Amino acid sequence: MNENDAPLLEMRHISKDFFGNQVLSDINFSLKKGEILGLVGENGAGKSTLMKILFGMDEIHQTGGFGGEILMNGQKVEFASPIDALAKGIGMVHQEFSLLPDFTATENILLNREPLKYTWLSEVFGERMNTLDRAQMDDISKRAIGRLNVPLDADMLVSQMPVGHKQFTEIARELSKEATAATEGIKLLVLDEPTAVLSEQEADSLLAAMRKLSDSGIAIIFITHRLQEIIDVCNTIMVMRDGKIIKTVPAQGVVITDIARWMVGRDVNTSQRQTRTFDYEKSPVILSIENLWVNMPGETVRDVSLEVHKGEILGIGGMAGQGKLGIPNGAMGLFPAGGKVTFEGNQIDLNNPRNFLDAGMAFVSEDRRGVGLLLDETLEWNISFTAMQVQDKYLKKYLGGAIKWRDQEAIEKETQAYVEQLEIRCTSTKQKAKELSGGNQQKVCLAKAFAVSPKLLFVSEPTRGIDIGAKSLVLKALRKYNEESGTTIVMISSELEELRAICDRIAIISDGKVFGILPASTDSAEFGLLMVGHKQGGSV
Amino acid sequence: MNFEKLKASIQDMVRSFGLPRVIIALFLLVLFILAPFVGVNVGTSLSDTLNRFGMNAVMVLAMVPMIHSGCGLNFGLPLGIIAGLLGATLSLQINIPGPFSFVLAILLATPFAVILGWGYGQLLNRVKGGEMMIATYVGFSSVAFMCIMWLLLPFSNPTMVWGYSGSGLRTTISVEGYYLHVLNNLLSIRLSDHLVIPTGMILFFALLAFIIWAFLHTKTGTAMTAVGSNPVFARASGINVDRIRTLSVVMSTWLGALGILVYQQSFGFIQLYMGPFYMALPAVSAILIGGASVNKASILNVVIGTFLFQGIVTMTPSVMNSMIHTDMSEVIRIVVSNGMILYALTRKTEAVR
Repeated sequence: MNENDAPLLEMRHISKDFFGNQVLSDINFSLKKGEILGLVGENGAGKSTLMKILFGMDEIHQTGGFGGEILMNGQKVEFASPIDALAKGIGMVHQEFSLLPDFTATENILLNREPLKYTWLSEVFGERMNTLDRAQMDDISKRAIGRLNVPLDADMLVSQMPVGHKQFTEIARELSKEATAATEGIKLLVLDEPTAVLSEQEADSLLAAMRKLSDSGIAIIFITHRLQEIIDVCNTIMVMRDGKIIKTVPAQGVVITDIARWMVGRDVNTSQRQTRTFDYEKSPVILSIENLWVNMPGETVRDVSLEVHKGEILGIGGMAGQGKLGIPNGAMGLFPAGGKVTFEGNQIDLNNPRNFLDAGMAFVSEDRRGVGLLLDETLEWNISFTAMQVQDKYLKKYLGGAIKWRDQEAIEKETQAYVEQLEIRCTSTKQKAKELSGGNQQKVCLAKAFAVSPKLLFVSEPTRGIDIGAKSLVLKALRKYNEESGTTIVMISSELEELRAICDRIAIISDGKVFGILPASTDSAEFGLLMVGHKQGGSV
Repeated sequence: MNFEKLKASIQDMVRSFGLPRVIIALFLLVLFILAPFVGVNVGTSLSDTLNRFGMNAVMVLAMVPMIHSGCGLNFGLPLGIIAGLLGATLSLQINIPGPFSFVLAILLATPFAVILGWGYGQLLNRVKGGEMMIATYVGFSSVAFMCIMWLLLPFSNPTMVWGYSGSGLRTTISVEGYYLHVLNNLLSIRLSDHLVIPTGMILFFALLAFIIWAFLHTKTGTAMTAVGSNPVFARASGINVDRIRTLSVVMSTWLGALGILVYQQSFGFIQLYMGPFYMALPAVSAILIGGASVNKASILNVVIGTFLFQGIVTMTPSVMNSMIHTDMSEVIRIVVSNGMILYALTRKTEAVR
């Protein structure tokens, strides 16, 4: 094969599993010089793992490496660390900035690669006494910024820059890496959601810069959730789902709806799908949320209004970071919140979990180990604690209630019942919670919530990080609990298919607001559109 | 075959008891066996060990509530001791001779313990994560502050004030005629001339230990343990974390106050000024040697830890002293007790989060 014809980058049969959990299987793609490849997929589809493999990150090596091979210009390459990848001319711009705030753009761009001047001190003390060649530094950084064609002030401190300029500084740093003896010039740039933090205008100039780079022969892998950008700027679109490449198509002629459908998947297992139709409108409103805001880091809720009807299962979905997790956490009072929450006609004072629990609601947190469990205590304690503290269950009272003694027998009995009901795998009810697997820990969290017999149950990411078998058990348990005891359930999940499988209605949260509420039977493409921020139809 | 079984069961026992404790216990046993050969009376030694156990156990018990609520080891024990000292001096000032002065001292110390403990708790709630460092300095600075107060407070009982000026409290005040040995002599059993079991003092500790044990089995006690185990979990279960923590600090401070009163009635003197300064470390060490971690402790840890720590501190100087025939028991005592403290602090373990 002629070297010039070989693609710049080719990944063949890439597969990866984390301790038996397959996250990537049989990934094949190639990238030509100057090509812009748009990589899209839901959270957890495997995009970042794929990029980590490309960069030879430690995380990959430590978890048993990967299958398949990577070729650059037709030659097989193996990166033992990101430094090797950088030396081969692959650059990465991360979602989080890795810049020194009190350094100027130039200093950041050339950090640790500064051109040096030899002085008489170096003669005496060696190369460590070389001084920085400021003039040449300015020259290099201006050239790099010039390639981007953006109005970035090279002498500005990073701490004073608008967020978009920080992003440009990061990209300029990658571009400034010119060919030296040890390394090759930049050939391939990976941009991981560079536009997520940018305003529309900034994003536009970034896209323009990307086109300019592509014209100069640099290939780009562009990861983003903003589908319109993909269509605007990319040559090829690659859609990933569940660790597989679902589609690789030229960007021309593709419309957003198609991408959205590929992303969330239409060929889903329909046998699991519920068939019930719940006429929520006939049932009274049990919980109404008005203008809720929640200051939860990374999951800010700006203005959410929702009505939950008695007996239904309401799903709340959306991309990570859009605020769906903030809703239950704020309603419960674990994070500072404001707005009006009315449950069964009584307004609930926010910012105090006790009020939330006293009203008859319960919350299964997405943060199992941090919020959900007493890792060092027994299952008995984990399951009985909340009910004991809030509702005085499992207590023997002496001296007219002055002494409330823990009723060990009742606790054991109740725990045993839940262990059997939810098939929690443990050696005994006295086992410590930290010794259980993720799925069984999740079941303990559910049992804890069931033990308070809530009228309304918030369940946040109930299947995160647990295997498929446990997943379906957890979902079934929720459904069964809803049907048997009539408990209203609000389930928050990033996995749309999971929501569609058990919910009656699904609300999609985007940018801290409710973007639309659709019946679960709606086509998944429509949900996909809502999730990426395209408001079309949808009865609110 | 049988030998294998025996080996396995011994290994099991060692594991559940903890290797450090087994080694320290064996060392203590060796000291007791050596004692008669170097001319130390075993009866006296045992009596001393039991006595020191009784004197210190309540102060070690004072560690338990704060450990349970996640406030860490109570390095601020001097604060509780100061409450106890205030109770003791006020009781002597009121001047009712005999055993009732002990009851009075407890009653008078309690409000101080509650107020000081509440303030100390408020402070610790503002420095979550750095409790132990702050607690240490709360202890130190309160001792320094009281050094001024002992001089200025208008005490007037002639048994307590400086003879030459007639004002300001002395550094050591005898409790003879008041509550000297009230607990030691209560129901005490004299087995021989040398061996006396201070039953009353041990019963008093047992009573307090039972109260704490029972408390930890109530609803509030359960909440306290959960707060220490995972405060976020407790909050999500509707617990007012700060209130529970404050309660635990008040309990610890109160037990510290009772602890010093028990200590005084056996020792015979009230030690003011710098007296409370170094009281926290032996108590902290004892509970750590007993197998407690920074956020898990049981009554059994208290009993085992206090017995081992005080046993070693009592026995090593007397046995070593007799062996080398020079009087350096005090030096050895300091070396051993500080060595034990150093060892215990290296054993400090925290539960996983």
